[in-house]
Amino acid sequence: MAQSETVSATDATKARKSELGRKLATVPANVWFVAIILLLVPTFTGDFVQYQVFGWSFVLGLISLSLMFLAGYGGMVSLVQMTVAAVAGYCVAIFGTSGVAEISMGWPWYLSVIAAILIATLFCVATGALAVRTEGIYTIMITLAIASAFFYFTRQNYTIFNGFTGFNGVLPPHLFGIDWRSPTAFYYLSLFWAAAGYFAVVYVSRTPFGLALQGVRDNPRRMAALGYSVNAHRIAAYAFAGVLAAVGGILLTWSNGQISPGTAAVGPVIDILVIAVIGGINTPIGPFIGALIYVVLRTYALDFLVALNLSGERFKLLVGLGFLIIVYWSPDGVCGLWNKFAPKLRLKRKENASTEGKTDV
Amino acid sequence: MSEQSLKQDIGTEYALELRGVTKQFGALNALTDITMSIRPGERRAVLGSNGAGKTTLFNCITGDFPPTSGSVMFFGEDVTAFPAHERIRRGLRRTYQISLLFDGLTVRDNVYLACRGVSRGRFSMRRANGDDALMHAAENLIDIVHLDDVREATVSDLSYGQQRQLEIALALAGAPRLVLLDEPAAGLSPSERKDLVSILGRLPTHMGYVIIEHDMDVALRVADRVTMMHNGKIFKDGAPEEIENDPEVQALYLGGGHD
Repeated sequence: MAQSETVSATDATKARKSELGRKLATVPANVWFVAIILLLVPTFTGDFVQYQVFGWSFVLGLISLSLMFLAGYGGMVSLVQMTVAAVAGYCVAIFGTSGVAEISMGWPWYLSVIAAILIATLFCVATGALAVRTEGIYTIMITLAIASAFFYFTRQNYTIFNGFTGFNGVLPPHLFGIDWRSPTAFYYLSLFWAAAGYFAVVYVSRTPFGLALQGVRDNPRRMAALGYSVNAHRIAAYAFAGVLAAVGGILLTWSNGQISPGTAAVGPVIDILVIAVIGGINTPIGPFIGALIYVVLRTYALDFLVALNLSGERFKLLVGLGFLIIVYWSPDGVCGLWNKFAPKLRLKRKENASTEGKTDV
Repeated sequence: MSEQSLKQDIGTEYALELRGVTKQFGALNALTDITMSIRPGERRAVLGSNGAGKTTLFNCITGDFPPTSGSVMFFGEDVTAFPAHERIRRGLRRTYQISLLFDGLTVRDNVYLACRGVSRGRFSMRRANGDDALMHAAENLIDIVHLDDVREATVSDLSYGQQRQLEIALALAGAPRLVLLDEPAAGLSPSERKDLVSILGRLPTHMGYVIIEHDMDVALRVADRVTMMHNGKIFKDGAPEEIENDPEVQALYLGGGHD
């Protein structure tokens, strides 16, 4: 049957198919493996793990990915990414529907989502335009300053941001008859956007824009001498990162069902950096690994500590210890550890195989 | 005569014109009142001892940093206030004395980035494929500087001489009108120098360049005109033979060049 299909197919579709086949064949086996596992996770896990562990990891990973893109490819450590996510979350609450009917404007979900992504991206670009004139520690300081300003502003402003309480009842739409906040649906929703963000970053890193951004990171002076506007490139990177963070922010708000100043307080803002560093800030998969470690520690450290007769509030101590240990052993996070040890393991396996071969002879 | 003076007034006669360019670093006068002009297609060598201000001059011309005072005209346009990338897009190019390359990228990607920098689509979000016109241009440049054997190699794996050749390739991307070469021959072996001279000799005649060079032999072979700098000022200016035979230049070069 497959044969008759290819015979009847036109040359163009055949060419396209073979091209697609070739591209799919270049995807490494471990990517397939991870993809299949992730697709099957809901079949062997409960609601809590799907929603609170994986869903949350995907969302935090996506927000952290926007920082990884700026820091890893652009050399700009921006602490404003969680704030960008919160701007998107607030926009969804303000333009769409929430429990605070006096403020929420009740737009249809697609309009409020589009507006949220646009406004959050603009916010990220505006921050970038200020920050790109600085380097290193000063970029961190200026973005942290903007993040804290946003936190205090939302906490004090009641007419737009509803102050300390923020907005509750911010829910995803019931599309195609599915409640997207139900654990399995949200698992796939967040997995889809996390994967989309991941592949977008991988793709963009090899486009002229991505290559030039890495050039700006390594050698801004030479890039200017090749005709590139260094600042314009950096600002464009903020725009791309802004879209990633905005999508993450909307998902975060939907999964919590609420948005309040605490979402983007200084703690969570820095957590995004911690997540990226734990996982590995130089590769796009790093933030997701970091997010999973962070969420697992946050979720289970409490039980662990209570079991040891310690106060459960000290879970941050465990997160901090984990951070210290990983950064001490590998400045490049878990991905760095992997890169360090995987070749050795492979070598050992080869040696074993060759010695086995010899004994066979 | 009057036509010529008119031309001079609007400045189109020169590819590059410096008017009283001065650069101070704190109390140090790196450049003092440099006035010079270079015609389109001219090949000029700039000589001078260490600290004479040659590289500072290049930095002021390309906009790596602005001059303290004076103005820089590029093909009749005042570019003094322009950022570096705007000057590059107008046809100015430069190489660096200490190679500034992208060590983690391949030779091809380096040259491709250079070609992309002076064309449209710098922000393109589409990956380049094999039949991209700019990719062809990059391959071409790699051939011109004789790096065709190592086009797939990562820059950090290249020899020093090959890195210097790549520097030149990056400066030839697009349609340069004037190229500033900052000591391209420094540290090269005699055979590599010969190669460099032949690369420069084969550039199209409309493409002018200014070359900083310590080696008199190389400088005199590749230039139509020579400018001698000393202590941030222009010391002598003339045809290669004139400069070579000038007793003051000889004293400066052979006698250590101290005041």
